[in-house]
Amino acid sequence: MIEFLQNLGKNTRTSFTKLGRGTFFLLQTTSGIVSVLPRPRLLLNQMHSIGVLSFLIITISGLFVGMVLGLQGYYILSDFGAEETLGVMVAASLVRELGPVVTALLFAGRAGSALTAEIGLMKATEQLSGMEMMAVDPIKRIISPRFLAGFLSMPLLAALFSAVGIIGGQMVGSGLLGVDEGAYWSQMRANIDFQDDIVNGVIKSIVFGFVASWIALFEGYDAIPTSEGVSRATTRTVVNSAFSILGLDFILTALMFGD
Amino acid sequence: MQHTSTQDTLVGLFVASGIAGLFFLALQVSNLSSFTEQDSYIVTARFENSGGLKVKSAVSSAGVKIGQVKAISFDPKSYESVVEMSIDKRYSTLPDDTTASVYTAGLLGEQYVNLDAGGSDEYLKDGGKIDVTNSAIILEKALGQFLFKSAAEEKK
Repeated sequence: MIEFLQNLGKNTRTSFTKLGRGTFFLLQTTSGIVSVLPRPRLLLNQMHSIGVLSFLIITISGLFVGMVLGLQGYYILSDFGAEETLGVMVAASLVRELGPVVTALLFAGRAGSALTAEIGLMKATEQLSGMEMMAVDPIKRIISPRFLAGFLSMPLLAALFSAVGIIGGQMVGSGLLGVDEGAYWSQMRANIDFQDDIVNGVIKSIVFGFVASWIALFEGYDAIPTSEGVSRATTRTVVNSAFSILGLDFILTALMFGD
Repeated sequence: MQHTSTQDTLVGLFVASGIAGLFFLALQVSNLSSFTEQDSYIVTARFENSGGLKVKSAVSSAGVKIGQVKAISFDPKSYESVVEMSIDKRYSTLPDDTTASVYTAGLLGEQYVNLDAGGSDEYLKDGGKIDVTNSAIILEKALGQFLFKSAAEEKK
């Protein structure tokens, strides 16, 4: 019993310490962004490895998610004779929820885990301390460009996901199942609001990009510098990112769409 | 840095397609292009009962959407519902004796305001008022009246 309480206290303390370290790390990283701006090449390289290389998985997933939404939506809506509203259903669920959330989950799996592994290995092979020895701040040189790149790539990826998904839904809906193409688009346009739906979706994706990049970079930077430590850190990145993204999504949805 | 220029091109393409996606969402998917607040004028109408009308409900005339409901408030003095509508500037030639009615699109559809043009030579101006209004038909009320009527007829 005493041991249980001791462990509980210890675990609580370590998790708070970690949160504190994470916050400090985030502050350092954001203040390091200023020094990235004179070196756009660093940012560009990271935009390539984070954004461009996630492009394919995001667009293909978006296409299939949109197509599935088109199919399922059609089956349910046709029971009520409301197939024309398929466009609204597909677009609303993509723009409000699935676009930002699924993109963020894929982003954490594709780009986040890679970031953690890369930085964890840099730490394990003492490249980070080597940089410090040469008076190069690894936060400014390594972490901040990656953070900024992740932060900028996420909204673009989420927008692509939603756009491709809506086109996929249209392909299935009016191509295969015979929903009127004009009704698909016009109903969508009449019911999707720019402020309420699109802008809020983009805000969501920005928040998720921020959180997912923060967690990925921090777990890498904080990893125990052994091969096992790096592998654990990579796992934690995916798990913690998924939790934070889904939890934040609930909070943001409650704030944004609570009429 | 041998592949620098291809990398640049790829990043450029990525950013361009992301922005294109955003534009697609803004212009093709949402109602941004179809109706803008700036090119509109405000008209108010008082209803005895505005039913299930909501902010952003459609305002249409002859079946064509010409604006949307901007605000709905309750007037505590006259006990009426005050509905502010913003109507597209293109349709600024509505006569000032236009009738406003709250209709329902289909049996279970959304409620909207229908404007029936009158015959006056004066046009509605920005901030103008519509005097002749028809309230929303409340289904329960109509059913109650119908049942009451048929019961009264049976007594005779």
